[in-house]
Amino acid sequence: MASVLTREQHLDLYYYMRLNRELEEQMVRLFRQNKIVGGVYSSLGQEAISVGTAYALGPGDWIAPMIRNIGSLLVRGFKPRDILTQHMARYTSPTLGKDGTSHFGDLKTRHVISPISMLGDLIPVMTGIAMAGRYLGQKIVAMTWIGDGGASTGVFHEALNLAAVQKAALVLIVENNHWAYSTPTERQTALRDLADRAKAYGIESAIVDGNDVVAVERATREAVAHAREGRGPVLIEAKTMRMRGHAQHDPAEYVPREMIEEWKRRDPLDRHEKFLTENKLWDAKKKKEIDDRIAREIQTDVEFAENSPFPPPELATEGVYCNGCHTIEADWKRAKEELLPPRSSVKAEWPGKVSAHSDAPPKAAAKIAAKTAAKTANTHSGNGARPASAGTANAKSKSPRKSKGARAPAKAGR
Amino acid sequence: MAETTYLEAIRQAMSEEMGRDPAVVLIGEDVGVYGGAFKASEGLLEKFGWERVIDTPISESAIVGAAIGMGYAGLRPIAEMQFIDFIACAFNQITNFAAKSHYRWGAPVPLVLRGPCGGGVHGGPFHSANPEMYFVHTPGLKVVCPATAYDAKGLLKSAIRDNNPVLFFEHKFLYRRIKEDLPESDYTVPIGKAAVRRPGRDLTIISYAAMLHTSLEAAAELAKEGIEAEVVDLRTLLPLDTDTILASVRKTNKLLVVHEDTRTGGIAGEIAALVTENAFEDLDGPIRRVTSLDTPVPYAPPLEEFFLPSVAKVVSAARELAHY
Ligand SMILES: Cc1ncc(C[n+]2csc(CCOP(=O)(O)OP(=O)(O)O)c2C)c(N)n1
Ligand SMILES: [Mg+2]
Repeated sequence: MASVLTREQHLDLYYYMRLNRELEEQMVRLFRQNKIVGGVYSSLGQEAISVGTAYALGPGDWIAPMIRNIGSLLVRGFKPRDILTQHMARYTSPTLGKDGTSHFGDLKTRHVISPISMLGDLIPVMTGIAMAGRYLGQKIVAMTWIGDGGASTGVFHEALNLAAVQKAALVLIVENNHWAYSTPTERQTALRDLADRAKAYGIESAIVDGNDVVAVERATREAVAHAREGRGPVLIEAKTMRMRGHAQHDPAEYVPREMIEEWKRRDPLDRHEKFLTENKLWDAKKKKEIDDRIAREIQTDVEFAENSPFPPPELATEGVYCNGCHTIEADWKRAKEELLPPRSSVKAEWPGKVSAHSDAPPKAAAKIAAKTAAKTANTHSGNGARPASAGTANAKSKSPRKSKGARAPAKAGR
Repeated sequence: MAETTYLEAIRQAMSEEMGRDPAVVLIGEDVGVYGGAFKASEGLLEKFGWERVIDTPISESAIVGAAIGMGYAGLRPIAEMQFIDFIACAFNQITNFAAKSHYRWGAPVPLVLRGPCGGGVHGGPFHSANPEMYFVHTPGLKVVCPATAYDAKGLLKSAIRDNNPVLFFEHKFLYRRIKEDLPESDYTVPIGKAAVRRPGRDLTIISYAAMLHTSLEAAAELAKEGIEAEVVDLRTLLPLDTDTILASVRKTNKLLVVHEDTRTGGIAGEIAALVTENAFEDLDGPIRRVTSLDTPVPYAPPLEEFFLPSVAKVVSAARELAHY
């Protein structure tokens, strides 16, 4: 399938990926100069995922990035200076120096939730945002990312399960980069494909080559459309490789050299450059123009960050509570009267019949499990969804993962 | 006007706030069709519908996490823990996500997390918890422990209107045991303000939740002996109303703290530190505590009785202190 993106958009993808990479390389230099207060977590080799997924969202959608999703923050409109000042703990940073790394966000305009370090915890929060979005009539999608390691947390399960029964417009990107700190994926899960987790929740999934930005963007776009239509959450597993240690301090001697060598040949930036060249979407002059722009932007922002002061010590005591400094205001896209009596009144019973699932016959490989599931699964609508619009789980619905073939790493449209 | 129970007061607060503001939603286990394990949300589904009264899977982390997300999106969610003991399952979402959010990045989390706490009903080690101090130790949260029906309603309304995560601990022993006439009109009780429930001159007894009633009974006993105890109801543990505490101690010069939570790390220790730091010169005796024992809450009635503070234990500690 050919990519639906325009030339400009393909160049955009290059710009963000290159900016992501150059910015991180700059941060490594700053780290070596002792100018970074905390750690630097590299997303080298994973830029196509951060950029391609975030690029598939609309302006009203929400994201919550993980530590290796600086690219998503850039796509969302944050600038290198935001990321640099955060890492350098400056007063000019989005959190004024109260938190570091990519732990910042913007509720009002960019719709970015600041992550917390505890892996997995963003998933229920983004599920709640998706639920609220539907409640408010917004038609928004909420997206977050998780690693092969973070996918082992209990809250991953709780949240995906809640999102599934609620048919929440959640898109979860599982970045399988084969390592969680020093632990290989085989020690996290007995599954070959983390995408298979989706089956357990009765939701759709897709597997994508995480080093192919065009494929990532396309798979995400489909998933986002699915979620936005109210057909439930989608899990996308993006296969990739963590090309550096867990963070700057970690030489990653536990990673076999050959593995790095092999994945180097699949470098997402090299591949996208080749794609642009082969499809005659740019020339050497255009590339230089973009690269120069990036160098300038980073240079300016490094200077800005280095010249920024640290926060005044007394700031430490400020802002623990909201004492009226913020107003809580939802962006209502539907009439509030629908949600107040008498219009909100219902009979207090489960809508629809709680009955057996009418799914296709179970596949040989998972016969017993599927049989049990078929017997016990309900087709009642998830509460919270308007009973009228809440569909039943329908195996025949259009899905980003229609057949076994579609599960192979999607080929780029070239 | 009919007298209103503590439980009914909580239901009224939720119902009135949901009627006033469609941004208020309720999420939890069995809160909808069933009306909640203790029936605190009975009738709310009928009134406000499926979108606003949300039954969830048994997933405390996801419930609190989703409520946080709803808050970010501009709603004012109330999340129920079926028993407050299960709040431990959501500890991370509360202490790391909700509590730190405004400080870290200026994003308020308007969230009420409520549920039945406390012992005295033979609930055993997993249905009797008083987990307030885990959270009083967490800057960014507010912790509310109402002792009366009036306060339960007024404080819950304040909690729902607050822009911060508020943990609202409902003492299940009080649910149906206490009732009072409540005003017909909308009212709130401010978070962070203690109340002097009984004036006295000989010593101050500070307490909250179910133990307020134990303390008041003890004060009545003590009065028969000519000991006039001033009884202070904290109502909110975080933020603590230090002014009311210090004013009372400066007046009576003696302090006894009574709480149902276990002893070590209970709020009594914090209050003792506060008073010695700020009113040491005013003290005419040691600060005393009557608390539960430093054990899990035992199941068998004689064990639980032994474990919990009682009127007799409070009277005896107060008497000794008064005569010090
Ligand atoms: C709940 C939790 N436990 C432990 C950690 C410490 N930790 C941070 S990153 C990490 C490895 C994560 O691996 P993965 O989820 O695969 O993400 P990746 O680093 O590969 O991007 C660990 C163990 C954490 N942040 N959160
Ligand atoms: Mg990993």
